[in-house]
Amino acid sequence: MLILGIETATVQAGCAIGGHEGVLASAHSAKGKRHAENLTPAIAFICEQAQIELSEIGLVAVDIGPGLFTGLRVGVATAKAVAFALRVPMIGVSSLDLLAFPVRFTPRLIVAAIDARRNELYYALYRQVPGGVQRISEPTVGSADDLASELLALSEEVLLVGDGAHRYREAFDGLTKVEIVDQGNSFPSAASLVQLAHAQALREDFQQIDSIQPMYLRRPDAEINWATRDSAP
Amino acid sequence: MSDAELIILGIETSCDETAAACVRGGTDVLSSVVSSQVDLHARFGGVVPEIASRAHNELIIPVTARALVEAGLDGSRIDAVAATTGPGLIGALLVGVSAAKALALTWDVPFISVNHLEAHLYAAFLEDPELTFPLVVLLVSGGHTMLVCMEGHGQYRLLGSTLDDAAGEAFDKVARFLGLGYPGGPAIDHEALSGDPEAIAFPRSMMDQGLDFSFSGLKTSVVNYVRKHPEVSTADVAASFQAAVVDVLVTKARRAAAEVGATALAIGGGVAANSLLREQFLGACATDGLHGFLPSRSMCTDNAAMIASAGWYEYRLHGASSLATGANPNLRLSTIA
Ligand SMILES: [Zn+2]
Repeated sequence: MLILGIETATVQAGCAIGGHEGVLASAHSAKGKRHAENLTPAIAFICEQAQIELSEIGLVAVDIGPGLFTGLRVGVATAKAVAFALRVPMIGVSSLDLLAFPVRFTPRLIVAAIDARRNELYYALYRQVPGGVQRISEPTVGSADDLASELLALSEEVLLVGDGAHRYREAFDGLTKVEIVDQGNSFPSAASLVQLAHAQALREDFQQIDSIQPMYLRRPDAEINWATRDSAP
Repeated sequence: MSDAELIILGIETSCDETAAACVRGGTDVLSSVVSSQVDLHARFGGVVPEIASRAHNELIIPVTARALVEAGLDGSRIDAVAATTGPGLIGALLVGVSAAKALALTWDVPFISVNHLEAHLYAAFLEDPELTFPLVVLLVSGGHTMLVCMEGHGQYRLLGSTLDDAAGEAFDKVARFLGLGYPGGPAIDHEALSGDPEAIAFPRSMMDQGLDFSFSGLKTSVVNYVRKHPEVSTADVAASFQAAVVDVLVTKARRAAAEVGATALAIGGGVAANSLLREQFLGACATDGLHGFLPSRSMCTDNAAMIASAGWYEYRLHGASSLATGANPNLRLSTIA
């Protein structure tokens, strides 16, 4: 089965096509804020490179976040529209899973951390298991200092991966047991998405289009302000 | 295939309505589905961009699917996909643009970028294909107040626009001040029914000059008047405020029609659903011997049939748009020399 993977959760956006034989073609661009312009042409481009017709795609996988809201919605809306037009199922994968997956060959605790702006990170903890990684904490949003204290308390060897780790690296400077993975692996990739979705597809673990929604982890500001106003004396 | 048979799927997500429609040949509406988010935004007294974007993202596929089902069409029958690329809320626009481009790519049909303002002008042609040029359109909504002269398809000239608040914005602000709720247009329209439009002589800003509008002074007058006369009847204030707005809109529309020698006058946008404006507009057209066009109320507010219709004219004039098209929140109406 051929899988189209779409990934737009961070400043980097990309797409990939793959299946049993692995990834056949992929395209990425890290020039932020142009996801909506670039994504559809990029899908056309990788189809051409892989010499396949879009109509041959049997599954659409998408990164559902957490990440930058507008970017995520561009990817999710695009992925849903392709799946709808092709009448094929979907698989949604978290951006944090995509970050942890490529660095899985380690006995250390893996922490995936995406820049959530406003001095915060989206993060989750992972451990290597045969064939991949297993998430051992719910994706959450919090400050870099919160995460640093959490890691200090764990007192365990940690591999920290993601653009969030680089953005707020001073917070982790004093932690001797924490190593930050280099920039080259600091964004979720569409290639990883296709690989993870393929494994999930073999288990026929599909999702309907309507059940795919971005994982925001933050409420809209207006609602937060509204709630604060209500609880004020 | 002849242009008259082209079936275009239109998609609209510029503000707080998620809409999709199938239109054949630019004017034959096969389906038009609009899902309004007004309830989601009501407690905030206005559209919240992040809430709108989230809702569009959830609704875009179900609404599109329903537009196809109601038209009795399979996706393979769609000849082109048109979407609003601006103006509007950037995050909201991007949902519709992304979905529309992906559908066009997957179905291997052209994508057509549509200007939302142009689409409002085309709402008139959807219901009255007999309209002749030059045509003056008064476009009044929560985001816009403008007078446009259409000299032909795709040929526009901006004659005048608001210097501050849009007319619909004035309705929202005054309604909120009077405690009448959101959205303000229908609330004031309803409240005014039991009031006296001549009870208070609110100012008619810039009434005697030019084709531009200003509504912020009127809003301030309403606030000052009510503070000074707390016992005043809310219905009288609503009716008098509405009369002032409508008076200015109709006077300027007539002036514009006279200045460009228009053969027809049309109105569009959410405020065009206002009862008093509709009544006075038709009266003015009759007096001036103009062909007046009043859209149905469902065609006044944002919908995708007008996007598909404008897309059809755009496609005939300029062909398909690039799949690298993004959204432009500040897109303006292109003008002719
Ligand atoms: Zn509109």
